[in-house]
Amino acid sequence: MSVPQVELKNMTKRFGANLALNNVSLPIRSGTVHALLGENGAGKSTLVKCLVGFYHPDEGHIQVDGREHRLNSPKDADALGIGMVYQHFTLVPSMTVAQNLVVSSATLPAYINWQSELKRLARVTRKLPFHVPLDVRVSQLSAGEKQKAEIVKQLYLGRKLLILDEPTSVLTPAEADEVLGHVRSLTRTGALSAILISHKFREVRRFADDVTVLRRGASVRTGAVADLTDDALAEAMIGEPVSKMVQHAPKLPPKPNVVLSIRDLCANGDNGLPAVKDLSLEVRAGEIVGIAGVSGNGQLELVEAMMGQRDRNGTIAVSGSSFNGTRKEIARLGVYGLPQEPLKNACIDRMSLAENLALRNFDRVPLCRGIAMNYRALAEQAERLVAQFRVKAPGLNASMSALSGGNVQRAVLARELTQDVRLLVASNPTFGLDFVACEETYRRILEARNGGAAVLLISEDLDELLGLVDRLLVMSGGRIVHEVSAEGADKRVIGKYMAGMKAA
Amino acid sequence: MSSISGIEPVPPKPLVTAARLSVALPVLAVLLASAIFAAFVALYGQNPATVFGLIVQGGFGSSFAWQDTLSRAAPLVLVGLAVAIPAQAGLVIIGGEGALVLGGLAGAVATLPFAGTHALPMQFLMLVAGALIGGLWFGLAGVLRQYRGVNETISSLLLSYIGIAVFHHLTEGMLRDPASFDKPSTHPIDPSYMLPTLPGVSVHAGLAVSLLLAIAVHVVLRYTRWGFALRVVGGSARVARMIGLAVNRWIIGASVVAGGMAGIAGAIEVAAVQGTANSSLIVGYGYSGILVAFLARHQPLAIVAVALLIGGMQASASLLQRRLGLPDATMLVFQGLIFVCVLVADAIAQQLRETTRR
Repeated sequence: MSVPQVELKNMTKRFGANLALNNVSLPIRSGTVHALLGENGAGKSTLVKCLVGFYHPDEGHIQVDGREHRLNSPKDADALGIGMVYQHFTLVPSMTVAQNLVVSSATLPAYINWQSELKRLARVTRKLPFHVPLDVRVSQLSAGEKQKAEIVKQLYLGRKLLILDEPTSVLTPAEADEVLGHVRSLTRTGALSAILISHKFREVRRFADDVTVLRRGASVRTGAVADLTDDALAEAMIGEPVSKMVQHAPKLPPKPNVVLSIRDLCANGDNGLPAVKDLSLEVRAGEIVGIAGVSGNGQLELVEAMMGQRDRNGTIAVSGSSFNGTRKEIARLGVYGLPQEPLKNACIDRMSLAENLALRNFDRVPLCRGIAMNYRALAEQAERLVAQFRVKAPGLNASMSALSGGNVQRAVLARELTQDVRLLVASNPTFGLDFVACEETYRRILEARNGGAAVLLISEDLDELLGLVDRLLVMSGGRIVHEVSAEGADKRVIGKYMAGMKAA
Repeated sequence: MSSISGIEPVPPKPLVTAARLSVALPVLAVLLASAIFAAFVALYGQNPATVFGLIVQGGFGSSFAWQDTLSRAAPLVLVGLAVAIPAQAGLVIIGGEGALVLGGLAGAVATLPFAGTHALPMQFLMLVAGALIGGLWFGLAGVLRQYRGVNETISSLLLSYIGIAVFHHLTEGMLRDPASFDKPSTHPIDPSYMLPTLPGVSVHAGLAVSLLLAIAVHVVLRYTRWGFALRVVGGSARVARMIGLAVNRWIIGASVVAGGMAGIAGAIEVAAVQGTANSSLIVGYGYSGILVAFLARHQPLAIVAVALLIGGMQASASLLQRRLGLPDATMLVFQGLIFVCVLVADAIAQQLRETTRR
């Protein structure tokens, strides 16, 4: 019944040319909680996916109680007592908790003797410090109860090492404390070890014994939580400015006129819970305002609410007029956008490149007179934009998915930035783009700013933001929690706000 | 990559094959269905060659056959459009039958209060009444989808059954002509209001109406900003919202127009063929329209051609029955086979496209 000593040794994992894990070692002492910190894309998920047998590391191995193991599938991980609690729930909503637990067993007999199974279940759960109602349907549980049920499931399955992947991202702070508190006390009694993936410093400090910080696939800091200060952790997580060469255009003093003004904006996420809470901000002409934040803190919902893609409360005004995202308002007020993943969020795959280049002005002269489209003018415009923005494509009639990611982005830049832009909303505009396309995107955004447009730039990449913005806002939990001008920006302070350590 | 920018002239090939594929696949599907159908009639003890010969003869072999084919093609074109228009907006609406019979009912009763006036405005009134009711019926499916998240395919099919039930309820109750004994019908419309016969071809004027509407739909979808916007909405509602299109309005609007087409089909059947609304309207035109639209790949002009083909097949059914004693449902079997083969061909085409993209 003892909890094994698990150790990941020298793990390296490549995806094509991309080095996702670079010689990472992770020792998990028996009966402790080991926190894994890092920004998005730092390699946390890749590392634990190796540990549960989803990925096979290119180099390195896993040691359990000093013996080397190869995990070829999640079944092998199961045999070693390694289990994972995912960020999103994996219980069947229409079944009761008890039914969920029983059917989750890997070796289920063809005939289930429910009575004996339920008795065994009651025996197991009675010993646990926390109570989950067993005969209630999962759909009727609160998020916190569901998360507890997930953990009970892992214990019921006899797991000795639990991996918790941002388990509190869907929980209220009180629920989070309760769930993590139970995990902590279970490890204290020696029933369990746990890996806690998080980017909330508070949780790490309160519930973890050891911590390892990952940055760009490498382990940059490891040790006992008590030995490391918050500052040290933040510095390790965010790191030194890396060589993303953005030629920072000389900053011009922003013009006094406010272009974008958001007052008390509220919007719900897809799950129906508030994602943007009473948010207010202003962007002036000739100014780039950045919004930093860990993904999932309401940035996506903010952008969608602004662009008229999501229901909202509160007022959004552009140059003094209320803005609801209708076609007339967009053209009159000059509101354009650079969404992330442009192929999916800014292009119509089943329409041609030329048609995609016309999405903004297809209903205006010269592309359209009355209701009649002028496809010759549409082709001419496409030819001009393709040449001007150096879009490489198999042809003007090619479908968008025939273009490379960088060229899709160039097409979107061409379409959005050749309009009369007075407000540009860019949301992770370089996500997944190669270096050249990133550079070009930055250059075009700066050009738009220098041309007098107001720019709101939402990004999860702090280096990118600090290279571009005039003013930086930090978003956390659906609110703006921090504001700083580009000159006075301290990454460690910003990192703390991003991690929700400080509230405004 | 010698040129820095611009269009590289090298590989236009995949486009050509894609265009060819979209023509070749339905043709192949029909051929495959024909082969299976041949086996089916052979099992029935008939010579497939004779059967196919009779189909051609019964559908297209004489001026009488053409007349029958064309008058069947008229409603098929319209219900085909009723599927093809929402398809542009990314919807699969298959409830044409309900909109058709309700449109027929509305057309049958719209002119009853006005006996003995000019024929032309009354004929117009019948078609408009049919269009309005049909549009309402499809519009419901669009509203349910946009505001309640109900799948439009299922809701339109269920609404179709409700529509047929309402039709029976009214034609056998409130709106029944007491003089109709064996076949409950509405009061017959004034004979002078019946749609005239087109000169030269002796087919009712409904054919001209449906051809004109097919051309109009083709022009609107292909050459106007409305067609462009509808394709954007169908391509991605997200992007459509980003560029400021009112997605709900476009989707519900497309549904209403499509339902209007099916409703006009019903009104034409009443105003040109039946003279009253009765159960003869419920012969499955709405369902055949789904086949027509899918086989024509939702292209309005192709719909006209396919409607002629399917209309001809249906017209030949009675000949097959008389000459060979094949059951009435034979042609339904053939249509069903074609439909299955088209759907399979679509699935294969999708996979081909995805593998070539990799």
